[in-house]
Order: sequence, then structure tokens, then C-alpha cells
Amino acid sequence: MLDALITPFSTNSFMLQALVAGILVSIACAIAGTFIILRGLAFIGDALAHGVLPGIAAALLLGFSGMIGAAIGAAVMIGGITWITQKSRLSSDTAIGLLFVGMLSLGVAIVSRSNSFSGDLTRILFGEILGISLQSIFIQLIATIVIVVLAVVCARPFLLLSFDPEQAEVAGFSVRLYHNLMLLMIAITVIVSFQTVGTLLVFGLLIAPAGTGALLARRIEAMMAWAGLFGILSMYAGLLISYHFNLAAGAAIILVAIGIFFVVFIVQNVRQRAVALPEESHHA
Amino acid sequence: MLKQKQTGEALKKRRGTAPETGAPYVSARGLSVGYPNEVVVADVNFELPPGQALALIGTNGSGKSTLLKTIVGLLPSKGGRLSIFGMPPGNNHARIAYLGQFHHSAFVLPLRVMDVVRMGRFPHHGLWGRMGRQDDDIVRAAMHTMGVERLAEAPLRSLSGGQQRRTYLAQVLAQQADLLVLDEPTTGLDAGGRELYLRAIGDEVCRGASVIIATHNIHDEAALCRQVMLLARKVVSLGAPDEVITPETLLQTFGISVTGEDKPQVFECQDRDDTERLGPNAPRR
Repeated sequence: MLDALITPFSTNSFMLQALVAGILVSIACAIAGTFIILRGLAFIGDALAHGVLPGIAAALLLGFSGMIGAAIGAAVMIGGITWITQKSRLSSDTAIGLLFVGMLSLGVAIVSRSNSFSGDLTRILFGEILGISLQSIFIQLIATIVIVVLAVVCARPFLLLSFDPEQAEVAGFSVRLYHNLMLLMIAITVIVSFQTVGTLLVFGLLIAPAGTGALLARRIEAMMAWAGLFGILSMYAGLLISYHFNLAAGAAIILVAIGIFFVVFIVQNVRQRAVALPEESHHA
Repeated sequence: MLKQKQTGEALKKRRGTAPETGAPYVSARGLSVGYPNEVVVADVNFELPPGQALALIGTNGSGKSTLLKTIVGLLPSKGGRLSIFGMPPGNNHARIAYLGQFHHSAFVLPLRVMDVVRMGRFPHHGLWGRMGRQDDDIVRAAMHTMGVERLAEAPLRSLSGGQQRRTYLAQVLAQQADLLVLDEPTTGLDAGGRELYLRAIGDEVCRGASVIIATHNIHDEAALCRQVMLLARKVVSLGAPDEVITPETLLQTFGISVTGEDKPQVFECQDRDDTERLGPNAPRR
């Protein structure tokens, strides 16, 4: 039994590298994802995760670095959202929705020029965690450190911003500056993590573990810790499932992360009902 | 009503005034406030010296919040002159505490009561400054004042609206600011919470802080405030409560007739004795 849980990682370097990269991605996503949920930025996170698609696809087709392509895609996405929201009376979710679909279609259109359409698309959406290079792991490590440092340095303004942007401003922390730093943090996570886990999985890992953490935590630090724990657990379990049952690794990881969310959610609801029911019958 | 009378009596017993020397903390001359394409209130003139409170009274949409947001620097002024501590708005962050009307995030954020109150100390320490034992003491005292000390470890989202409001007020108190700007601070507070709040604001005034309160409540806050401004998208009237609050001005402000029978009490500080401050009607802490 123990053998089945450890041996895949100790005998296959690709599995071990996948796990290390996955742990780094999970930590970055736990921090960025916590703020996405606290500030209600889920839609913008989603938009970023898919907005990078045409950039990556173009890079793939033209042969330059995917990360540069992703960065350009993210910049176009954020710039476009800001531009439409400021210059029109449309709300930001309309702007996000518009650009999200546009960029996704553009990405698919570009990929369709390639010879292996579905293979490339799958690779972009779900990543290549089992074929991750040491260089990619190193870049992922740097990015994760940058995100941790950003979160520690900006802890107070990020907290105030999540609590009440007006209060942050009155307290002397520029809302525009720290909101943009928060978006930058999310963008770095998405841009760097896509090659490890793909654009769809990045978004899954941004939302699912932090969402599960939000169900359990009383404090923001605890929410991040839970999110990190659930993220790493999903990585480990997802990789194992993929190894033993020969399933796509990226998809297996997302399914575990979402599965954990629903298990916690359902257990919590059942427990709350169990507590609430006797009271109800008492009133009746 | 009974509660209000008692509060008025308790406040009236404290005769004397807080120090009033020095330049005004807030000074507005011909000030216009509003949004990019709209002036909401024009030609606002007032001065608020240290140790005084000003009540802004008016209906929804009368311009109270717009004026408050301009004072704390959230909105640029649309004309005229406004100085806070002798400087343009948007400076002296640690000296200004602001309580807005809405907190959308209260039900999402995993925060305990004490975490919220501690945020009141952030303006004093910026990004890096270490929070010390003194800050902890101030935070605890502020929670005690608003009667939420026992809830210190409780998650904010598990509290009732009134308890959350008390927590936000404790955060404002923890800042120990020189200027408190409060937008309808009593929304959702029960009678006990209102009494704690009135007493706490009275103490802030007596230690020399200036307070601006936007409110619908003609009587409670008027008892605390030396000046009252009636707003209805213009300044209807400004002056001492008993001069300003008349049936005619209230009709102009609220558009309905309100009896002006209960003349507001004038608040003054002197006997700042703790036993009296807590009073026989103070809720259990």
C-alpha cells in the first residue's frame, strides 16, 4: 500500500519533478487565490487564465517563449478591461466577459493554424506537468518567492483593501497601487504556472483550494494555509491517480481539488443541519 | 425615547468644555462637493475646532456622505477651499479615522473581531512598523469601550449586524485619531450599543478630538454636537442645535413636519468620573 503511494515518485524523476513544480504552483496559487476570493476577483482571474491563451498560441506557432506570449496576453487583457470600464458605462464583468470570449476565440483560431490542433490546445489548457523541465521548475521557484514576498510586504494594505477599499485609501494606502499589485500577483501566478499545469488548471488551483480554505478558516492566514495544504494534497493525489490509472495528470489534479471542495462543503452542511435540526423541532 | 432622555441627562451632568484652543481642525470656505459631472452641495462654510462635534443631518441623497467623503479625501472637492489640519485633504492619514456606510465584505472575510479592530492601528505604522504591546492595549480598550471584548476571538461573519457595527466603531476608536468622520454610525445598533457609542464619542470629544457625524437621528447626536448642519442638497441651516433644529428647518430638510418639542440637550464635559460614565444603565460588558 505504502509502496503505491511513494514508489511512483522515488523511482520516476519525471514524477518527482512534477510534484516539486506542483507544490510551488500550489503555494503561489494559495496566496493569489485567497485574495481573488476575498476581493471577489474570480472572474478577472478566470479572464486572465484564458486571456493568456492567444499569446501562448502565437508563441507556439512563431517559436518564441510561451511565457513572453502569456505576459503579452495578460497585459492586453488587463489593459482592455481597464480601458472599457473607464471609457464606457459598462460594468467590469461585461468588459471581462467580452474580452474573455474574444481572447479565447483568438487563441483557438491561432492554434487551429497548427498541425496538431487538439494536441496543442490540450497542452495549453492542461499543461505538461509530467514533462516539466528543471529550468521551468527554477522559474516557478523564483515566481513563487516573488509572490510570497509581495504578500508579506503588502499584508496590511491587501487586508485593508479586502476589508474596505475606502478605508484603505483614508488610511494612506493607495487603492489603485495596491489593487494593481494584487492583479500583478495574480498575473505572475498565471503566466508562470501555465507551462506547469496549463491555463485551465491554474484557474482551478487559484479558486478551488482557496475556496475550500474560506469554508474552514477564521483568519486570512489560516485560509492561505488551508489553501496551500489542499493544493499540495490535490497535486499529490492527482499525480498518483494519473500514474496508477493512466489518466491525464492535469485533469486528475483539478478533479481532486474540486472534489475536496465538495466533500468539505457537504460535510459542513450536514454538520450544520445536524446542529440546527433539534432546535427546529423544538420550535415546532 | 426613555433611553434617549437618560442619555441626554447623563451627558448634561458633565459640565464644562473640552480644550478649544488652536486652529480649527476642519475649515471649509465656499466649498462645493459632488461627483465628476454633478455638484451635490455648493457653498458649504464651517469651521470645526479641536474638541468639538458637528452633526450633519439630512435625508438620503442630501449630500451628507458626499461631504464626508470629500473631507476624508476620497472625493476631490468641486470648488472653494477645504483644509484639514491646515492642509489640503488626503494628508495626515493617521490623524483621520473614517467609518463609511457600507462594508460589503463582512460575510466573506475570515476575520476575527480583534483583527478588524487592530486595523485601526495600521495608519500609525504604515507598511512596516511593528505593532507593540501598547497597540494591543489600545485595541483591547477600544473593544471594551464598545462592549465587544468578549467577542474578540469570534469570526466577524458570525456576528449580528449590530455587533459588526460595534466592531467597526471599536476600530475607529482604536485609531485614537484627532478627527473622526462617521457616516451613519448607529445603523443597526441596539439601544445598549447606541449608549456605548454616544459615551465613547463624548469621551473622544472631551480628550480633544473633533468629530463629524452624518445622521438621520435628530436627537441623540445633536446632544453631543455643538454645531448642527441641516443638509438638503444645500446647507439649510448651520449653528447650535437648539437654534438650528426648528419645525421650519426640519420641514425644509426632511420634507415632512416634525415636532420640535424635545429640544436637544447641549453636551458639555466636566465631571469625567468613570462611575458616572458607566452609569446604572450601562449594558453588561
